Amino acid sequence: MSDARQANGHADGHDDALLVRVRGLVTKIGGRTIHDGIDLDLRRGEVLGVVGGSGAGKSVLLRTIVGLMTPAAGTIEVFGEQMARLNDRERHKLEARWGVLFQDGALFSSLTVAENIDVPLKEQFDLPHHLLVEIAQLKLSLVGLAPETASLHPSELSGGMRKRAGLARALALDPALLFLDEPTAGLDPISAGDFDHLIGDLKSSLGLTVFMVTHDLDALVAICDRIAVLIDKRLKIGTIEELMRDPHPWLQSYFHGPRGRAALDGKVA
Amino acid sequence: MAESGAFFERHEASGSVMLAARGNWQVESAAALDRELTDLAKSRPGQIRIDLGGIDSLDTVGAFLLLRTARSIDASLENVPDGFATLLEHVEKAVEARPHHPRRRHRHFHVGEWLDHLGEQVFRILANATELLAFFGRILVTAGRLVVHPSHARPVALLSQLQRNGWAALPIVGMLAFLIGVVIAYQGADQLAQFGAQIFTVNLLAVSVLRELGCLITAIIVAGRSGSAFTAEIGAMRVNEEVDAMQVLGLDPVEVLVMPRLIGLLISLPLLTFFADFVGIAGGGLMCWLALDITPPVFLDQLHGALNPLTFWLGVIKAPFFAFVIAMVGCHGGLEVERSAESVGHHTTASVVRSIFLILVLDAGFSILFAKLHV
Repeated sequence: MSDARQANGHADGHDDALLVRVRGLVTKIGGRTIHDGIDLDLRRGEVLGVVGGSGAGKSVLLRTIVGLMTPAAGTIEVFGEQMARLNDRERHKLEARWGVLFQDGALFSSLTVAENIDVPLKEQFDLPHHLLVEIAQLKLSLVGLAPETASLHPSELSGGMRKRAGLARALALDPALLFLDEPTAGLDPISAGDFDHLIGDLKSSLGLTVFMVTHDLDALVAICDRIAVLIDKRLKIGTIEELMRDPHPWLQSYFHGPRGRAALDGKVA
Repeated sequence: MAESGAFFERHEASGSVMLAARGNWQVESAAALDRELTDLAKSRPGQIRIDLGGIDSLDTVGAFLLLRTARSIDASLENVPDGFATLLEHVEKAVEARPHHPRRRHRHFHVGEWLDHLGEQVFRILANATELLAFFGRILVTAGRLVVHPSHARPVALLSQLQRNGWAALPIVGMLAFLIGVVIAYQGADQLAQFGAQIFTVNLLAVSVLRELGCLITAIIVAGRSGSAFTAEIGAMRVNEEVDAMQVLGLDPVEVLVMPRLIGLLISLPLLTFFADFVGIAGGGLMCWLALDITPPVFLDQLHGALNPLTFWLGVIKAPFFAFVIAMVGCHGGLEVERSAESVGHHTTASVVRSIFLILVLDAGFSILFAKLHV
């Protein structure tokens, strides 16, 4: 059964190395077209940075891929499964295999940080209480938060801490695929750098694949393997060197403006 | 199942023990592994080496369990596959950063604790009452300022409040008042018929609806409808830091948020009460006509005799006081909300319960006052 399906999959041009495969995606909000025919491949083990001007629809793209918004046209495949064809149960199983970090952490405000991290673990597995406590502590420590944070409520955290706690929750199930919505925005430059390293480490040790919406040029240079730029409702995808050579005015001012030069200085030939 | 899960094999050789970890050391198998590894650590097996060569996959929880075991029995991790070295290193760093034994809280039931809790509750109620009194003062000061500077009033916000809390409440208030009228007339007639005094049903209806039920029913509906909305609206603004934004922009939240709601309710609740009185009497009248054969002309005649000029006003006069309580408690609850969704719900419930409680207390106070005044 599974062999037959796999064979069919290959016949359709599926590729096991692609965790996310988007074809001809069109999204509209209130009659306004946000994306007009987007194709996107996310390969296993890579970090893809998605950039674009404010309001270009970066977060909308992320939300559409994880199924929070319904596309007007096009297909989205995650882990080789076509999202639109899944029933609720299959979708839940799929959702356990990815982690999502929202812009402001999106922690559950009535739970403590440790309880937030335990939510997906409790949902999926039957673990003893002391192990839940220890896992929550471990995840907190992995994202660089002090152990005392565990018993705090989200309203008692700073913006940067909320993001880290949100990342800890996204990592709770050790997902293969991680969606990050502006993970380093709001962090001080040192923490942001540490965060980039953390993502890089997790990527190499866990074989993590990352889809990252970001504005942070340092992050693009430090950890992204490829970059997708949302311009004029479409995507341009390439390595940083390829995109720097692109004549499009937005890309030119993005990479060759003062901030771009500062970040790229000496790192890219 | 064993093939897909995680397990370890135990080899003993010349005084030292070798544990060969195999399979998928992932969070799925964490509960079982945790049990076995804890038992192993308790058995104090002496010199131990842990061989990781047979592990197929490893995640942070698996790595944590290995490191925790290695630590507690002072074992060494050997033959680490290349792919897992960075992960282990990373988790090890994280484990070192946290205290080894997380503190566990024990909750037992004690009489002392219960008393403690009771005392806390009492003090909280007192503190709430004090806060509400302070808020009452703030409202009065703001109202005074509005009288001196009428230009600070917000007529558009006021109209919107009148629409939402007055006009939009007409159907539900009307329907309930009508039903109350029907019920009073029906139940009253049943009892009074035993004395052959059905006609006095009209008196019973008029006095109970006009003096008590009209204004009470209206106030309770409005407390549930508008009081909760006040708390939830202002509370959501608190969560969103909009109230803080107002303050730093030099706007007084009491003036901007509380006063339009308060004045709006002070106007609309008496009008709603008047409406409820009218519909309640009409409902009772209809019942009298259908069930007791008291025709409308006879009903009106009896009604005229049953009422003295004050009856209507003794009911309606209470409405502004109720309105003040509902708006004050509702808005105060909203401003007390902390930055969490749970807090919004908690304060919304509390403000509805509090305002209905205070309405009934006030009503009892009015009854005593009116009795002393012989009206």
